[in-house]
Amino acid sequence: MVITEPSRDEVGLRPPTHPLPPRVRTWWRIHALGWPGAAVVVLLVLAWLIAPAAAWLGLAAGVVAAVGLVVGLALPAYWYRVHRWEVTDEAVYTRSGYAWQEWRAAPLSRVQTVDPTRGPLQRRLGLATLVVTTASAKGAVTVAGLAGDEADALAHRLTRETRAVPGDAT
Amino acid sequence: MTRAEVREAGAPATGEVPWRRLDPRTALASGALTLGVGVAGGVPTVAGFAARGSGATALVAGIVVGAVVALVGVVVGAEKVRLARTRFRVGLERVELHSGILVRTRRSLPRERIRSVDVHADPVARVLGLATLRVDTARRASVADRPLELRCVRREEAEALRSELLVRRRDDETAGTGLLAALDPRWTRYAPLSFLTPALGAAAAGAVMQVAQWVGLESTVVDAVVAGWRRLGTLGTVAVGLTAVLVVGAVASVAAFVEAWWSYRLEREPSGTLRVRRGLLTTRSTTLEERRLRGVALVEPLGVRTAGAARVDAVATGLATAGGEERTDAAGLLPAAPRELAERVAAAVLREPVSPTRAAVMRTHPVAARGRRVRWATAGALVPALVLAALGAVVAGPFLVAAAAVAVAGLVAGPLLGRAAYRALGHAVHEAYVVVRGGLVRRRTVVLRRDGVIGWSVRQSWFQRRVGLATLWLTTAAGDQAYAVRDVAAADAPGFAAEVVGDVVRPFLTERHSTIG
Repeated sequence: MVITEPSRDEVGLRPPTHPLPPRVRTWWRIHALGWPGAAVVVLLVLAWLIAPAAAWLGLAAGVVAAVGLVVGLALPAYWYRVHRWEVTDEAVYTRSGYAWQEWRAAPLSRVQTVDPTRGPLQRRLGLATLVVTTASAKGAVTVAGLAGDEADALAHRLTRETRAVPGDAT
Repeated sequence: MTRAEVREAGAPATGEVPWRRLDPRTALASGALTLGVGVAGGVPTVAGFAARGSGATALVAGIVVGAVVALVGVVVGAEKVRLARTRFRVGLERVELHSGILVRTRRSLPRERIRSVDVHADPVARVLGLATLRVDTARRASVADRPLELRCVRREEAEALRSELLVRRRDDETAGTGLLAALDPRWTRYAPLSFLTPALGAAAAGAVMQVAQWVGLESTVVDAVVAGWRRLGTLGTVAVGLTAVLVVGAVASVAAFVEAWWSYRLEREPSGTLRVRRGLLTTRSTTLEERRLRGVALVEPLGVRTAGAARVDAVATGLATAGGEERTDAAGLLPAAPRELAERVAAAVLREPVSPTRAAVMRTHPVAARGRRVRWATAGALVPALVLAALGAVVAGPFLVAAAAVAVAGLVAGPLLGRAAYRALGHAVHEAYVVVRGGLVRRRTVVLRRDGVIGWSVRQSWFQRRVGLATLWLTTAAGDQAYAVRDVAAADAPGFAAEVVGDVVRPFLTERHSTIG
């Protein structure tokens, strides 16, 4: 009994079986470095234009750059361990989270649409985001950063398997 | 244009059902409403000029009358064109509506997807014997699924359409049909306890100033307030002012309640639908199919709760959805009424002998959840103190005294409020339902059918992980689309989800959990 008592601190859910393709880290890194990078450029240009505030703007640029570097270099490896997905015969199951961790599942019998989408950067990296919606506006299960061909194959399979379900799945 | 026609051609033939038109008197009703608005806006304008003794009063009056007449003319004209360009028909399988003056829209709604039909009539429409019919479907996936509205048809025609569109399964069980609840005028006493009271009181005070400004008397009002302040002192003025605002607000919220809920009746009809009829000036009738009902919510806002009352809302698909701002009142099954009665109505609506809100044994949440709430409430109370202290440091000394007073009040009230919020938390599985309770200011007990839960998620913030808590979300197609069981023990969250929707959770539990059960 003592052995089976779960730790109070852990969510009693096992991780989904599949990791995302390793190159998803590149995608995250570009995002995590790109936005602070753009902000730094703007701040430096402002510092160059507005001489009286140059010191402050330069300092702000330095802080943004430092935080951006730390986040962009350190966190993708952590996110890579967190983000996982799985599709069983009955459900879609994901674990995700950048600041929050989230485990999410939707039964296939309630799935309404399955759509792979690709942003320009994702297309370059051969990645895709699979959005599985249910009749609940807040019930969509999203897997961001799947390998493109895998996302297409999954979309195909899920569409086929869920088409057979009658009714409007509410 | 061509695309619309293709779609129309593609729709299944509705047979030889003739097209019907809206009632031509709708133009008259719209004209009368516009005239009313024009008079309401025009009279103060003219009165303002007259009060200032301006010589241009006659000219202004002429302009205003002319503008109102022109506006009414334009509205009536536009309505006549709209009515002439609008037609609809109810076929065996579809309801079709063609409308639009410049851009034609052709809507075709499969009848099997119709989930609710509302009939409502504003006072002008009632005098003319007209009513607006609104037909709504279950899904609200895109703008194309917005409700289909017929404004206006004859009242008898609206009634006939309502029953025609919703009657399908005559074989449905007829047990428990009839009147479930009707208005007791004594419920009016709960109206002033609503949050509307301070809001309406403040709005009235603002309106007085606004009108005074129109009429050019704002200095008179300010002088009166200042004179009162000289006589009564600061505390006295504040007390009198607050009392006045609350009294006016109470009267206004009673009036609002009477207008909205007069002659309220909740009935179950043999066709398997629930029907709410209410309204004094504007009558409203909401019909919802029981098939769409996933549960009920017992709502107890702070004031109403202290009086031992509760409200009942329906948790149904196709009512208010995320982004569906228009129909927040459509879910109301019972206004604030004695809690015991509210629970009886909830039970009757769910066809249960006892309401699950009463029968379920609620589980408490871990003590860590109490700590979080106490910290939030205290921090929330200290923020205004910090703002006041900053003002005191920068602007003037008296702010520091106020800051200290607020801080002391916050340190006393914060833990009490946090504890009250913690006591509100609870969750349970009771037979076919899951029951979730929470909320300090607006306590709500949601009773959701377990087969209406279509997914789940467990969310854990960094702070929650530190203290071993997590939040479980149960997603559904009804009501808020997802209901949260906040701050349960992290280790218990998936287990509780498994009790609610076993098969969608069990394969993903860790070994330890699956061996326990």
